[in-house]
Amino acid sequence: MTAMDSNEDFDEAVVRPAELDPEADVPGISRRTMEICISGVLVVLGAMVLVDSYGIGAGWSEGLGPESGYFPSRVGWIFLALSVLVLVQAIRRPSDEVFVTVPQLLQVVRVLVPLAVYVALIAPLGIYVASALFIAGFMMIVGGSRWVTVLATAILLPLLAFWVFELQFQVPLPKGPLETALGY
Amino acid sequence: MENFQALMQGFELALSMHNILYMILGVLLGIVVGVLPGLGGPNGVAILLPLTFGMDPTSAIILLSSIYWGALFGGAITSILFNIPGEAWSVATTFDGYPMAQQGRAGEALTAAFSASFIGAICGVLLITLVAPLVASFALRFGPAEFFAVYLLTFCSFIGMGRENRGKIGISLCIGFLLAAVGMDSISGDMRMTWGSGELMRGFDFLVVVIGLFGVSEILMTVEEGLEFKGKNARIQMTVVLKTWAQMPRHFVTLVRSCAVGMWMGVTPGGAIAASFMGYGLARRFSRNGRNFGKGEMEGVLAPETAAHAAGTSALLPMLSLGIPGSATAAVLLGGLMIWGLQPGPLLFVEQKDFVWGLIASMYLGNLAGLIIVLLTVPLFAAIMRVPFGMVAPLILMVCAIGAYTIANSIFDIWLMLGFGIVGYVFKKLDYPLAPMVLALVLGDRAEEAFRMAMLGSGGDVGVFAANGLVSTLIVLALTLLLWGPISDLLAKMRGKMATE
Repeated sequence: MTAMDSNEDFDEAVVRPAELDPEADVPGISRRTMEICISGVLVVLGAMVLVDSYGIGAGWSEGLGPESGYFPSRVGWIFLALSVLVLVQAIRRPSDEVFVTVPQLLQVVRVLVPLAVYVALIAPLGIYVASALFIAGFMMIVGGSRWVTVLATAILLPLLAFWVFELQFQVPLPKGPLETALGY
Repeated sequence: MENFQALMQGFELALSMHNILYMILGVLLGIVVGVLPGLGGPNGVAILLPLTFGMDPTSAIILLSSIYWGALFGGAITSILFNIPGEAWSVATTFDGYPMAQQGRAGEALTAAFSASFIGAICGVLLITLVAPLVASFALRFGPAEFFAVYLLTFCSFIGMGRENRGKIGISLCIGFLLAAVGMDSISGDMRMTWGSGELMRGFDFLVVVIGLFGVSEILMTVEEGLEFKGKNARIQMTVVLKTWAQMPRHFVTLVRSCAVGMWMGVTPGGAIAASFMGYGLARRFSRNGRNFGKGEMEGVLAPETAAHAAGTSALLPMLSLGIPGSATAAVLLGGLMIWGLQPGPLLFVEQKDFVWGLIASMYLGNLAGLIIVLLTVPLFAAIMRVPFGMVAPLILMVCAIGAYTIANSIFDIWLMLGFGIVGYVFKKLDYPLAPMVLALVLGDRAEEAFRMAMLGSGGDVGVFAANGLVSTLIVLALTLLLWGPISDLLAKMRGKMATE
């Protein structure tokens, strides 16, 4: 026998907070709306591709052969046609499914916002300090960890990354005032 | 027997001390990548690719392909122990693997999954060993028109054989092509689709796109579902392993069938994901125990795992011999070849013999090493899943950001990664497939170049794509595959109407 003697934990191997249950009746964005929006954006993108390709020349030039817009413009036409097709399909679909519920969306935003702040901080602070702040911030937002754990993780992981990238593989990553002060 | 000798030399190369170390390191990293949500095969390889720029190409590809093997093995662990597929290709493994674990037969299920993976992979490598040199020597005669036709065949078979909405597969392919076109045109020097932005002059690097599409988006999907993982430790005892192996020959037919399905789906870009479902579906239909599938039947674990691994391995065949990857991960590896200064395609077998055969030999050894390592280390990796998600997620995102930055030392690329992460999240939820986009992005420039060279050679006459038997056969085949889906749908509809009348 393996260590799997008891089965009690197994029925709940995946724990899902009640409000994130996809079956639950909560408000959200319908899948139909989302399909229409995205295929609409794709149609616009397709048009932009065509404008650009014909702008730089999509025909045939003597000596050089196909001009640089030749291939993208043809792909652009196929792209535009398919996007319109999917847009029509989207408009015709019944609006029954939910694309994302509000609680789910909030959950995603809780990751996206810290991530965007993190990327914005990389240039001024350097990637290591920014990472430390990001890890600490993320763990506090998600919650459930003691502050000692948060602090230790936020300091040790960037240090580990520094050791691997700067010292072992000698890959220079963006550094900020702290690294300069320490002489790197 | 010339190839056999070359293979033996390859073994010598792959068996050197530092290559074996890279192999073991790769497999271990790969299992981590396979176990953790948010790090997948393509993403894991993409993040580590920049670290290998300075390495010798043979060692680099041994390291990266070993990550691929490890990821293929690792996906099964979480499927069986946690009912959460670590990788999309191990979804079908949960159907019977998790029930087996619930019945206290986790050790048996894991052993079956790993052994099946190993068998599938070895079949795939055998196929590569025997067939790839032939395909390559045949393809040496290809001109630009033939190459374009082969690319067309690849893209058409994606559309024809995909399970998603065909319009969406096509859109995904087109986006890949257009992203590849952004930046400076290599032939005329014109700026394409940069809209005056200096940052876009370099174009979109496929690695950044892969890290965003497969890495960041995966994390977003995981938090949205609000999953927390809970599972038990699993130890695999030698007696269980031997007992399971003793049962394997009984399922010989299933294994052979899954291998065949997997090899076919891998060579044509159906991919490991489709292969695992097909392997499972066929086994359920033809097995004598078909009715027990889903309740913890060992055959239900063997079938999808064998097929997924056979497909994952065979996907490297067209990559090596034609320069056309059969899967997203193979596409990333192909991009790696180009970065290391190797020209993927049939010439590889002539000009870089050592590299090719070293890689093929490492496939045998890497999978063997993978099987042993994974059997020994399951408890360790099951424990990784119990690290709180709040700690794992920022770590993965940090590694993704570092990976995106190191490709071109550009912070703008990290923003792009974030953008593609959101795109990937929305596209996944709307069932736009991502693999075709990556494939078209990697191959876009090459396909366009082949097309332009062919057109230039013929003076603008499209007839060059029907000029000889070979190229016209390829084009006809491509169009047949493209139209196969819509026509069979139409036929099914008509038949349905006839039946109701």
